[in-house]
Amino acid sequence: MTDLYYGDPLSRAFWDGARNGVLVLQRCADCGRWQHYPRPLCLGCESTSLESVPASGLGTIYSCTTVRISARPGLEPPYIAAIVELDEGPRMLTNVAGDTARIGDRVRIGWRHRTDAPPLPIFTVDADA
Amino acid sequence: MTGLKARPAYIAGVAETPLGKVLDQTELSMVALAAKEALGEAGMTIADVDGLFVNYMGEEGTVQVGEYLGIEPRVADSSDLGGAAFEAFVHHAMLAVAAGECEVALIAYASRQRSRRNRRPPVADAASLTAQFEHPYGLPAPIGHYALIAARHMAQYGTTSEQLAQVAVAARKWAALNPKAWIRTPLTVSDVLESPLLSDPLHTLDCCLVTDGGGAVVVTTPERARDAAKPAVRVLGVGQSHTHWHIDQMPDLTVSAGVKSGEAAFRMAGIVPADVDVLQPYDSFTITVIKALEDLGFCERGEGGPFVENGRLEPGGDLPAMTSGGGLSYNHPGALGVLLLVEAVRQLRGEANDRQVADAEIAVAHGVGGFLSTSSTVVLGRD
Ligand SMILES: [Zn+2]
Repeated sequence: MTDLYYGDPLSRAFWDGARNGVLVLQRCADCGRWQHYPRPLCLGCESTSLESVPASGLGTIYSCTTVRISARPGLEPPYIAAIVELDEGPRMLTNVAGDTARIGDRVRIGWRHRTDAPPLPIFTVDADA
Repeated sequence: MTGLKARPAYIAGVAETPLGKVLDQTELSMVALAAKEALGEAGMTIADVDGLFVNYMGEEGTVQVGEYLGIEPRVADSSDLGGAAFEAFVHHAMLAVAAGECEVALIAYASRQRSRRNRRPPVADAASLTAQFEHPYGLPAPIGHYALIAARHMAQYGTTSEQLAQVAVAARKWAALNPKAWIRTPLTVSDVLESPLLSDPLHTLDCCLVTDGGGAVVVTTPERARDAAKPAVRVLGVGQSHTHWHIDQMPDLTVSAGVKSGEAAFRMAGIVPADVDVLQPYDSFTITVIKALEDLGFCERGEGGPFVENGRLEPGGDLPAMTSGGGLSYNHPGALGVLLLVEAVRQLRGEANDRQVADAEIAVAHGVGGFLSTSSTVVLGRD
């Protein structure tokens, strides 16, 4: 695995963070807005001063679906795909571990080990999160 | 827009390609047949075509269809808005005709996705955003995306699976009146709810067909439209937009680009939703129709579920919609937009036989593409 496994220099900080079990997102040094995925400018104020900063890894389920058909090798249905709204603001597509999840549930980040790529951020329902 | 009002554009011919399961044609030959038929309605031949609007027919957009038909266009456009591309083609053809850039614009499409079973999943470059941030989560495309949209709508507004099912039931009732529809057997709300869940809350029968098909549409000047063998239909308004590709980047899962495309098209046409006699919404999934009803302003935001109850979209309902039977029951060739235009024109000409909406004067075709990503709206009127 090379540092530029994905061939995307902009997401390097994100995946380097993932290797260390830390969700690293971009935050605008000028307006404070967080964003995901990484871009060379802030979508809020168009500043190019972006910092890669550890995020809380906490969020709320914005939407979710139980996938019951085969969609990807290695993922055995049924499983839950969800959009999590992070406490910092950005939303991200993810999986939620376990059998049940509801919109509005609080979630906490976890990591899925992958042999061919950096750990993948997923989430677990956690009422205390 | 006074310039456009001074020089409007008309749809002077429409045709379907062979539909259903097509084993004796290729995609290109299907397009050729539909083009000849649509141009015939317009009182024209392929040699008259000087504007070509095509996508999803091989590499380089219009080029392969151009070669196949011997067309060397003055205007060529392959805007890639997925299912909404064909309504966007009407938009661009209207502008080109109004500007004098071309006189006879041919819009065409065909696929044999059923025969070939090649609704092919995209192979993403590993460095792409999609490969990094979306594919690892196994969201089946596009049903998983629409499932997330439907689930959010249900949680936010109380929309029910029964209400979603009403959309499929309405499409089927129209299909029963259309001899060309792929499936015409009666369908109930219970049938939909008892069909297998694929990605909650969407069942098999919340999803469109996978069929072979396509069509052709001829857009032209008022002068050329006068030669048409059948009454030409005027393009009154057009609009388009898009919001996202990756579903987690959609600003609000309950608001589509149809808000923008519809507002633009209705404003240009000088109409309000209550003026619309017949609606051809893109019914890729039942939720797609509920979104169209809200985003085009037929009901308030969040009221799409109650709106479709009591047969409102069905034959005899207040807002006849999906009158061909739609993508849910008539035909869905991968990109349905061209067939929405064909049905809208036939309704306005009064030639829809058993499914004819009485005195239809204003029709709307609302294309949607991607993952509720793109929208393009066309308002058509009888002259
Ligand atoms: Zn900023």
